[in-house]
Amino acid sequence: MSITDIATGPSAVDRFFQQLGAAPVILAVALIIYPLIVPGFFTFQIGGQILILGMIGLSLMVLAGYGGMVSLAQLTVAGIAGYGLAIFGINSVGIMGFGWPWWIAAPMAIALAATAAALIGLISVRTSGIYTIMITLAIATAFYYFVNQNYTLFNGFSGYRGIQPPTLFGLYWRDPLPFYYLCLASAALAYGLVLYGARSSFGLALQATRDNPRRMRAIGYNVTAIKVFAYFLAGLIAGTAGVLYVWFNGRISPGTISVAESIGILVIAVIGGLRHPIGPFLGAAVYVLMKTFAIDLIGAERFNTLIGLVFLAIVFISPDGILGLWQRLKPHLAPTSLRPHHEGRD
Amino acid sequence: MKVAAGERRAVLGSNGAGKTTLFNTITGDFLPSSGNIKFFGEDITHFPVHERIRRGLRRTYQISQLFGGLSVRDSVFLACRGVSRGRFSLLRPAIDDATMAQAERIIHATHLDHLTDSLVSALSHGEQRQLEIALALAGAPRFILFDEPAAGLSPRERGELVAILNSLPAHIGYIIIEHDLDVALKVSTYVTMMHNGRMFKEGSPEEIEDDPQVQAIYLGGGHG
Repeated sequence: MSITDIATGPSAVDRFFQQLGAAPVILAVALIIYPLIVPGFFTFQIGGQILILGMIGLSLMVLAGYGGMVSLAQLTVAGIAGYGLAIFGINSVGIMGFGWPWWIAAPMAIALAATAAALIGLISVRTSGIYTIMITLAIATAFYYFVNQNYTLFNGFSGYRGIQPPTLFGLYWRDPLPFYYLCLASAALAYGLVLYGARSSFGLALQATRDNPRRMRAIGYNVTAIKVFAYFLAGLIAGTAGVLYVWFNGRISPGTISVAESIGILVIAVIGGLRHPIGPFLGAAVYVLMKTFAIDLIGAERFNTLIGLVFLAIVFISPDGILGLWQRLKPHLAPTSLRPHHEGRD
Repeated sequence: MKVAAGERRAVLGSNGAGKTTLFNTITGDFLPSSGNIKFFGEDITHFPVHERIRRGLRRTYQISQLFGGLSVRDSVFLACRGVSRGRFSLLRPAIDDATMAQAERIIHATHLDHLTDSLVSALSHGEQRQLEIALALAGAPRFILFDEPAAGLSPRERGELVAILNSLPAHIGYIIIEHDLDVALKVSTYVTMMHNGRMFKEGSPEEIEDDPQVQAIYLGGGHG
């Protein structure tokens, strides 16, 4: 679809749904009725966590898929929002906790995270490829050890506890159903904005910078500014997910943002696929389900081996992750008459 | 070296003479070790690349530098957007967007209409060379550096290239580096010969063509 294809006139809504196709509508309906048919554990612990980790993965997908910058510091950015919320709002540890109401504390925490993300971007955009991975890994590691050892601001190893989401419209937002829908709405909003923004002037400029930064300079763009702004926008998504993650856990400590967990975000994005914003959510689903149930399948001693083997199998069979698998299967699933003829290329 | 506004200059010289280095210095990819660069009277020696571009300087590359993952339309749109406002807009361009209309005009002027929605990586070599020129024409250029635009083109495509260059508005000046003398002399009014990083000879296309020294170094198969 090109930009000028955007429909006008009274049939705009019809055209929109025609272009959308059936799959997204079915998926949306399924996600909305999902918590009504499964137990609370699946709503909160599985559903909520998939959506939150999917959002952090989405922030990495924006950087890596559209911008060609693989950052291992996206969980760190989410963690900064989490710590920000604990410090600005209310916690039960007795350190910091400014006591600001949630509707100030949460946006401030997200803004803080996005600003930090822009700073991380500023440091790392002069590198590319594996060096970006290395420098963001170094930042993530440094932040982990810093919060682990700093007690005045971050309360060291034990971090902050007792960070509660608000009670609003008579609903306690940490109850499974409201929390799931809060996560679903946030994730859907982030997903929709990314999908829309990918075709905006900035979205195209980011993808063009990924393809050829030298040419981007030669048509008048400040490539560094584009990359730093991309980090900022991805930081807004990761920061929002960070706030939700703290409400989900009720606490934040260095363990939440450890290097292993940071690599987990990369695993989510890669096994899901970096070509489309839906990829990280698929990746998060596999990741969370494996982390939760592998121990039941194989026992406590070997469950990490099983998780590793499943991830290895996905990436081995399809370097494009689950998205790539789906692209390969789709032609075979279509009714025979609708199958495209062999196109001579893959 | 001085080139007047609106002038069309060819820079010739064997491989390694320093022609592309000259371009890289003018656009700011390399900093000069000495001397300065003035663009329409303004000293741009220490400007970053994008600031020079926004003042009306453009270039093409010897080896195409394009956006493989984007369509032709989006590429030219970005080139137009790069020198206008709204570079960081998070909104999609409207149907009647002026920048988009400008992009369509440039696509038409460079004979790429039938490929507007094609992915750049799917274009043939010749089409990619045409797109190189389209990107340089976007957004009111004042001066363009063409780096071997005819490289690898078929005779028919070379004819089209000459037609495109000769149909540029008179106020747009350019320097063209070109190994194909036939093309270079057809689209330029003045010629500079370079040799071993220095300017060696200047003159009209006819003078250069007839110069015995030039023929010895360059035309006489000296770079075979």
